[in-house]
Amino acid sequence: MTGDGPLPIVSNADIVAVRQQVRTAAVESGFSLIDQTKVVTAASELARNALVYAGGGQVRIEVVENARRRGLRLEFHDEGPGIPDVEQALTDGWTTGSGLGLGLSGSRRLVDEFDLDSVPGKGTTVTVTKWAR
Amino acid sequence: MMERIPILKLGDTLIVSIQGDLEDQGVLALQEDLADKVVMTGARGVIIDISAVEIVDSYIGRMLATIADILRMLDADTVVVGMRPAVAITLVELGLSLGGVRTALDLEKGVALLDHVRSTPR
Repeated sequence: MTGDGPLPIVSNADIVAVRQQVRTAAVESGFSLIDQTKVVTAASELARNALVYAGGGQVRIEVVENARRRGLRLEFHDEGPGIPDVEQALTDGWTTGSGLGLGLSGSRRLVDEFDLDSVPGKGTTVTVTKWAR
Repeated sequence: MMERIPILKLGDTLIVSIQGDLEDQGVLALQEDLADKVVMTGARGVIIDISAVEIVDSYIGRMLATIADILRMLDADTVVVGMRPAVAITLVELGLSLGGVRTALDLEKGVALLDHVRSTPR
């Protein structure tokens, strides 16, 4: 699935598809059940964010390796309105929608590396990495 | 395409078992179906089995809490049963502890919990 290009996120069914693809990649990368669950949950949050706040986007799923271990890198990209105040957006409970405001802050806790790049008016890219233990 | 989750009735208890990966609308439909069915049957307890659910994210978690709130207003108690350990760990780390939702380890314990809740005066 890596190398198949990015997965589109344009409907609720796509959120389910993203979860399933991330699960498959996490199993193949040797993730424990708990780490699979965490990375799939983070992917679900970020995919829903792209759909709800940006009207859609895409995700690239990549298996990464360093000298010691394998991991998964997920790059969510959208061309939505962007996030004017990133720090605020990463606060638990902060939301401009009707959700709980846990999507960004919560998914950050579920992964090892979290990078958010947003340009107001242009879009948002969230890149997360989780390593197999 | 959205499949509706079957709701079983056993005495004055409704039982639903969520199988597999749920779309957001599927959870929303379950909320409406359960509210209708509780009123229609006068059920006093509802058990939601999530033992086959591999992930619960903040949306699904919030919907479970909302369903329990709605059914409480319709005079029915809700118990969520069968949560997987990995799901519980992930939900708490995500920031959701589902404080308002009764849980039990399995269906049998869920039934016992409902019996206990209903025999205790509110």
